[in-house]
This record gives sequence, structure tokens and C-alpha cells, in this order.
Amino acid sequence: MNKIANKQVINDVLLAESATDKDIVVLCSDSRGSAGMKSYAEQRPEQFVEMGIAEQNLVSVAAGLASCGKKPFAVSPASFLSTRSMEQAKVDVAYSNTNVKLIGISGGVSYGALGMTHHSATDIATMGSMPNMRVYLPSDRFQTEALIKSVLKDDKPAYIRIGRNAVEDVYEEGHVPFALDKATVVREGTDVTIIACGELVGDAKAAAEELAQKGISTRVLDMYCVKPIDKEAVIQAAKETKLIVTVEEHTMYGGMGSMVAQITAANAPVKVVNLTLPDAPVVTGKSREIFKYYGLDAEGIVKTVTEQL
Amino acid sequence: MNLEAKAVDIRKDIVDLIYKAGCGHIGGDLSVTDILVDLYYKQMNIDPQKMDDPDRDRFVLSKGHSVEALYCILADKGFFDKKELFDTYSKHLSKFIGHPNNKINGVEMNTGSLGHGLGVAVGMALAGKMDKRDYRVYAVLGDGEMAEGSNWEAINAGAHYKLDNLTAFVDRNRLQISGTTEEVMTADSQEERWKSFGWNVISISGNDMNAIDEAVDIAKETKDRPTVIIANTTKGCGVSFIENKAAWHHKVPTKAEYHQAMQELSERRAQYE
Ligand SMILES: Cc1ncc(C[n+]2csc(CCOP(=O)(O)OP(=O)(O)O)c2C)c(N)n1
Repeated sequence: MNKIANKQVINDVLLAESATDKDIVVLCSDSRGSAGMKSYAEQRPEQFVEMGIAEQNLVSVAAGLASCGKKPFAVSPASFLSTRSMEQAKVDVAYSNTNVKLIGISGGVSYGALGMTHHSATDIATMGSMPNMRVYLPSDRFQTEALIKSVLKDDKPAYIRIGRNAVEDVYEEGHVPFALDKATVVREGTDVTIIACGELVGDAKAAAEELAQKGISTRVLDMYCVKPIDKEAVIQAAKETKLIVTVEEHTMYGGMGSMVAQITAANAPVKVVNLTLPDAPVVTGKSREIFKYYGLDAEGIVKTVTEQL
Repeated sequence: MNLEAKAVDIRKDIVDLIYKAGCGHIGGDLSVTDILVDLYYKQMNIDPQKMDDPDRDRFVLSKGHSVEALYCILADKGFFDKKELFDTYSKHLSKFIGHPNNKINGVEMNTGSLGHGLGVAVGMALAGKMDKRDYRVYAVLGDGEMAEGSNWEAINAGAHYKLDNLTAFVDRNRLQISGTTEEVMTADSQEERWKSFGWNVISISGNDMNAIDEAVDIAKETKDRPTVIIANTTKGCGVSFIENKAAWHHKVPTKAEYHQAMQELSERRAQYE
């Protein structure tokens, strides 16, 4: 079982890169601990800015820093970053087109029992609907590392959502196929395609393995690049397989599954089933319990695929 | 340069631009004109040809609806073609939309949603401190705008980080859209409010060019804390029938009003010849 959370990887990448890149700045909103940014904050005090519990200002200040050539990473719970600071993200980051990387930590339902105030199950919808804003939900620690290194090289806005806890590896160290904005084919298949993003890619992969035992050939796409979504990969899947099942830690409207359905409807109509969180506050529990309850885990995915195919 | 004469010229351009475009926020433009003239023609280190100079001073118009005043000044200073501004402002496909946009030379950040500019300016000032650059950052806010809570987050942070390279103005014209600030949402004691957050506070007569200029000089000398200049202005300043009337927040002059306004401003301008 992997013990390294994706946030830890972000801390480590930024700590390493900031040794030579003095323009990297990390901003937190009384969130350095939960963001896994403690060692960065300790070792790079001159490249760390504490904004206090003021998420709107966190984003505005990051935008001001970016406009002066800095490479700010605003790291704050995804729940607050994607709604409390939504207007700052829209105006100061997306519309002004500033080089701000918004890192939503403890995303989705990873705060579990803390309830809907702390869940960010609407962030793909809120952030993804803004022109200029890219949205990424990496699946594991290796991909997170590749993603952060990659976005460090560009100067455009992005929102990156990661979860709170360590997740099972999807890839193997040293074998992380990654091309920015291209979905990663985790597994080839010809009957059905599962398109997943974020921490549910691992479940999609496990489901595909189980489906193979039943003789169902399953393609798995890791759509960490929710926006710009890899349209080609979706159309290809729609043409080459009979069913697409999307899996995401997001509400049913305006998420990755909605985007997939929009693309297939216009380009290559195929049955698309969206596995999502409900349009309701979710039941109390830990992430894994919540996923299981709503059929988003490997078992639930297998069930949906066999029923729908 | 006679800054007072320049301010009258800019006011004429503002009235002209708004009349020709058939839209604009005339009241707030005319109240903030003197502040912008002092900054752009005297105080700020900013050059249309060097907008990529990392040492340039930064300006953020947080009360972005006063964009006509900013555009008239930027056009006059040669940041872009004045004719294009006057021919296309707010028209279909124009790059000159009704709020500041950083695709336009001279504009640092997009504003228009009140309560954003000061936070952005705090970020710019922080970057200056980190890079040990001497540029200064200026932000102009409306007094109605002070009801936005986000401003107070920025005010808090500006003082916390001792940003003495940051100067904010509050265009204290005592009016907003629906009436006086005191009727709509109390904005009194701005001085005490900012002071209690740790800012250096200077209260001036905000349409007085010398007073503005002196206050900016004091701000430059002030160490270890940001300065706010509470500029007590007259909304609509310079045109008798527009002055001090909330209704003129974004009213467009009729033909007769336009001519009267231009007449008054021309008479005022003649005093400087
Ligand atoms: C967040 C936000 N809310 C509302 C508006 C609409 N609006 C534009 S100007 C204005 C009044 C501004 O009053 P004030 O700040 O006093 O400016 P001034 O009187 O100097 O024009 C309002 C409510 C806006 N632009 N942004």
C-alpha cells in the first residue's frame, strides 16, 4: 500500500524546483499542514506566503504576484478554493490570464464526515466553466509529479485537485506515460471504455482487471486532463467500443462525464453512463465508504458495466 | 506641465468619449480624474514603450467602472491610438470594453468586479519586496466599494506584510449607485478603519492636485506600512449639473447637456492659458 499522498509529492517537487527557480512562490490560507506544505514552508520561507484564513485574498494576491513574473501556487482546501474564491479565480486568474496554479487539496469528498462545507464535488463545474482555466485531477503520486513538473513550464492558469490521503499507485515508478493534455491509456480494450479521473482511476483499473476475467475487454482512460479534455481519445473510444462508463468524484452535473457525453453526442453517439456522486449532500463516511455507497469503486464499476453492456 | 490644465483636458475627453459611445460611468470618472492625472503625468514611472520593464510602477483601477478616465489618460499618453478608442469604445468587436482589460497596453489587470484590485495590488507589492525592486504599486478604490469584504482581507495582508511600496486611494465622493454611501451602507470613518488595520492614513481634498501630489510624496517616504489616501472628492467634479448627484453615476448626457458640459470645461480650461 502506497503511503505517499499526492500533496506530499507536490511539496517535494516544489521544494526541489524552488532551489533553483526563485520565482516559485507557495501561498497557503492557514493550510500549510493540511496541504502537506510544511517542509516547503520551513525550508523556503522567502518563497512562501501565509495569507491567513482569507481564501479570496489568497487568490487575488497570487494573481498580483503572477503579474509581476512570479510563479505562484495557491494551495488551499479545494472546497474553499473552488467556491469561496471562485470569483477571484474567474476574474484575477482566468480572465486576467495570470500564471496562477490553484492547488485544491483535500478535494472531492476526502474530508469525509466533515460534510458538504468541506467537500468540493462541484469544482470541475465551477472551475471548468471559466474560459482560460485548465482543470487537472491527477490519479496517483507519479502522475502528480509529472503534472506539476509539466505545468511549471507553462505560464497559464490551472486548477489542480488532489485528495487528502495516499492512494494506490496506478503507474509504476519510472513507467509513467505522460503527455500533457493527452489522456493516458491505462489499459487497452475493445468492448467497453471506462474513463476515469483523479483518485478513481485506480478503481477503474481494478474493475477492468475483474471484467477481463469475465471475458469483457475493457479500455481504461485516465482523463486527468479534465480540461482541456482529450476529445480525440473520447471519440476514438466511442467509435471503437460499445459503451463508455465515466467515473468521477464529482456531482452529476457539469463534471467530466458531462463533457464526455457532450463530445460523444455530437461526434460519435454511443451509450454513455456517468458514475458520479449524487445531486445531493453525500452520506457520512470516509472516502472509500462513500465511493462504495454510490457505486464508484471497482465493485460498483464492474456492476454497472455488466448491467449496461 | 500644468497638471490642473491637463485634468481639465482629460475631463473634456471623458465627457466626449461617453457622449459619443452612449455609455460610461461619468460621475466616478470625473471624481477620480485628478488622482489619475497626478499619478500618470507626475508620480508614476511608467512608459508606453516599456510596459515589460520589471521596474515600472504598477497601477490597478479597482473601481474599474471608471475606465473611461483611465483610457483617456492612456490614450493621451500614447499607450494606444486615441482615434481607435474614440471610434470604437464599447462598440461591437472593439478591444475597448467597458472595464479595464489587460490585453490593452497600459492595463495591468482586469477589473470591473469591485473588491478585487487591492488584493492584486498586495500581490504586486509583495513581488516587489521579494525581488528587491523599487517600483511602487497604486490602487484606486471607490468608497461604495469599501463595503466589499474582500477589501478588508487585502487591507489586513497589506499591513501584515508591511508593504510600504503600496499606496491605495479611496475615492471618497460619498455617492454610489443608489444614493449616498451613508444611506446605502455606512462608509464613514474610513480613516479610523484603515488606521486600525495598521495603515498610514492621509486624508485630503481629493480634487486638489497639490494635495494629491503631496500625499503621494508622503506615502513614498513612509516606511514599514502601506499608505491609504482618503481622497475627499466631488462625484462628477467639473461639470456643475453632474456634481454630487447619484443619478449621474452612469447617465449619458443629452446633446444639450453635452454642449453645456463642454462649454463649462472649456471656460475652466481658458483660465490656464
Ligand atoms: C462586485 C460588484 N458589485 C456590483 C457592481 C456594480 N457597480 C458598479 S459601480 C457601483 C457603485 C460603485 O460605487 P463607488 O465604489 O462609490 O464608486 P464611485 O461612486 O466612485 O463611482 C456598483 C454597485 C460591480 N461592478 N461589482
